[in-house]
Amino acid sequence: MQQETYKPGEHPDLPPPSNTIGPMAWIRENLLSSPTNIVMTALSAWFLYEIIPPTLEWVFLDAAFTGENRDECRAKAAGACWAFISERFNLFTYGFYPHESRWRVDLSFLLLLIALVAVLWDRAPFRKQGLYFACAYPFIAGWLLLGGYGLEPVETDKFGGFMLTLVVGVTGIAFSLPIGILLALGRQSDLLAIRLFSVGFIEFIRGVPLITLLFVASTMLNYFLPRGTTFDLLLRVLIMVTLFSSAYMAEVIRGGLQAIPKGQYEAADAMGLKYWTSMRLIVLPQVLKISIPGIVNTFIGLYKDTTLVIIIGLLDPLGIGRSSLADTKWTGLSNEVYLFVAIFFFISCFGMARYSLYLERKLETEHKR
Amino acid sequence: MTGMVTSRKGISLSRTWNDKETRSVIIQIVAICLILGFFAYIIRNAYINLEAIGKGFSYNFLWQPSSYDINQHFIEYTSRSSHFRAMMVGILNTLLVAVCGIALATLLGFILGVLRLSRNWLTNKLAYVYIEYVRNVPVLLHILLVYGVIVHSLPVPKQAISLNEGAFLTNRGFFMPAPVFETLFWIVPMLILAGIGFMMWFRKHARRVQDETGHHYPVFWIGLGVMAGIPIVAYFILGAPITWDIPELKGFNFKGGMVIRPEFIALWLALSCYTAAFIGEIVRAGIVAVDYGQTEAASALGLKRNRVLNLVVIPQALRIIVPPLTSQYLNLTKNSSLAIAIGYMDILATIGGISLNQTGREMECMIIVLLLYLALSLMISAVMNWYNNRIKLVER
Repeated sequence: MQQETYKPGEHPDLPPPSNTIGPMAWIRENLLSSPTNIVMTALSAWFLYEIIPPTLEWVFLDAAFTGENRDECRAKAAGACWAFISERFNLFTYGFYPHESRWRVDLSFLLLLIALVAVLWDRAPFRKQGLYFACAYPFIAGWLLLGGYGLEPVETDKFGGFMLTLVVGVTGIAFSLPIGILLALGRQSDLLAIRLFSVGFIEFIRGVPLITLLFVASTMLNYFLPRGTTFDLLLRVLIMVTLFSSAYMAEVIRGGLQAIPKGQYEAADAMGLKYWTSMRLIVLPQVLKISIPGIVNTFIGLYKDTTLVIIIGLLDPLGIGRSSLADTKWTGLSNEVYLFVAIFFFISCFGMARYSLYLERKLETEHKR
Repeated sequence: MTGMVTSRKGISLSRTWNDKETRSVIIQIVAICLILGFFAYIIRNAYINLEAIGKGFSYNFLWQPSSYDINQHFIEYTSRSSHFRAMMVGILNTLLVAVCGIALATLLGFILGVLRLSRNWLTNKLAYVYIEYVRNVPVLLHILLVYGVIVHSLPVPKQAISLNEGAFLTNRGFFMPAPVFETLFWIVPMLILAGIGFMMWFRKHARRVQDETGHHYPVFWIGLGVMAGIPIVAYFILGAPITWDIPELKGFNFKGGMVIRPEFIALWLALSCYTAAFIGEIVRAGIVAVDYGQTEAASALGLKRNRVLNLVVIPQALRIIVPPLTSQYLNLTKNSSLAIAIGYMDILATIGGISLNQTGREMECMIIVLLLYLALSLMISAVMNWYNNRIKLVER
């Protein structure tokens, strides 16, 4: 048999041994590599077996998708009763917003989508105009939703459902970042009065639960206003939520400020830049970049905290669900409601988290070891 | 030269502004005036408003009877007790759920963190799915969901699930036998305390001996023997001086024994599972952040695998884990105020909820609530900072 000969170093790579490639090798390596590993796999598989089939059955296979009331649902199937959700879907989306004006909510959802695309996707067409539009969006949406100036005015106590969540969430997100940056700069400031004020504000807000601040907003804020004036509950909630998350934002930004090497500050000073210019051009771009995970986590926290408004009587999806459960037609369907709302929050928050990971990777400029 | 100097003497607005010292003084004075002015304004408004409705500002209401019931109380409390006593009950309830929650969340969180690092693909992904689901859904929803499951899915007391002798699971709570201590029982807790004291001394001693001679005591096993073994032996020598008060079904509910209310169970489980997801990620990140070279170096020194973990990896990981862990503990404590959504009577639900509505003393009640939560947060921060200082790297 003819043996081929090679010069040293010229032999082509041999294929890997057959027991280290392919799905079987993967299974052996990742699931069955040691006795402990086998036990873990068995336990996990048993757990999945216990959880997944009953869940699937309850959610899809044995669920009723149509029906007039709870008893009709239960007669059809033993699982979930989704007819309830589909009957109340409009309530979950718009709250008690007047029927004839709901196109305004739809339009503001659509515009939000456009603004989000412009902000989040850096190769979007017309991005520059899109960014200007995104800055103007909170005001446009405010006009669309509240009315006035040619549109039928709508009281804020008609707001509810996912729309309310988005109103509180988007406003909080839009305003808490700039306020948080100012507070963080204040906390690092050389001016004693400013520093003390920032520290006091941040530590006070971070020391108490959001729900107590919402209670303050709903019960005692009126005492602090001039006699006879009162202002909208939703506006008070918006202010409290924004202030609350800006305190957390300030701590995130402070972490970033402290992580920037001192040389950067000194170099900016040496260039003769004034305080605000050096912050704007040198420090903050670096700080914001390294703080992205923290910033997005704060956003997610704020977004989830919007559910707390139900405790002071605003009707977000959870509140709508809870009040719908009081309807004798649909009583006892709490699991369906909570699962439905949970899916909504999961999609939004998980989306934000994944986007922040993507952004982190994209902005990564340091050399990986 | 002299001309320049004289020209500097003139007072000009732009020059004053361009001088760094003067400018900082001016900015601070303006800021202080604005802040003080703002507070003066709102306090004046509050004064005028309170005057106008004839309320005044007073804490006398605290000593009036509260006239509402609280179903879970650790100190004696009836509806004839004062609002102040109701507040104390609320504080104890908040502390209870916070302490139990922190303990369970830490345990679950460490387990999750380790599972996330598991080389087993399936386990790893299961932990990942759990963490992502729990973290991305509001905690209030978790609380309501768990509470809903307990109240709607567990049976009424008449068809209670009997877990063991005298322990019953119902939608009114978890009923179990209550221990009744006989006279000689006090010896057992005293022995446990003495054991803990001995162990604190022995740990230091063992460490010193190891530093000096290299001899290693099995501290864990000796500790277990002294702190648990001796009291257990003593308990049986004394003739098991505990009898059990077993709950019995009377009418529509159980009487006697001990009960853990569904509100507490729901709040406790939901808060712990929610916070555990965050702690799991913190633990994972902390352990990953310890350079792998440390593990290799320790193995090269001949340490066994559990020694590598205990003596090298975990002490270094803890330094990274503890600061964010503190803020999770704070979050859990603050989130416990969501108790009000399911009717667990904590600080906010007693003094900031029913007492506030009954007396109409919004300002006084909310000030108490805010101060109590601030105090609680400061306490947790202080304890965790003390711990963090103990374990942190001693640098030159």
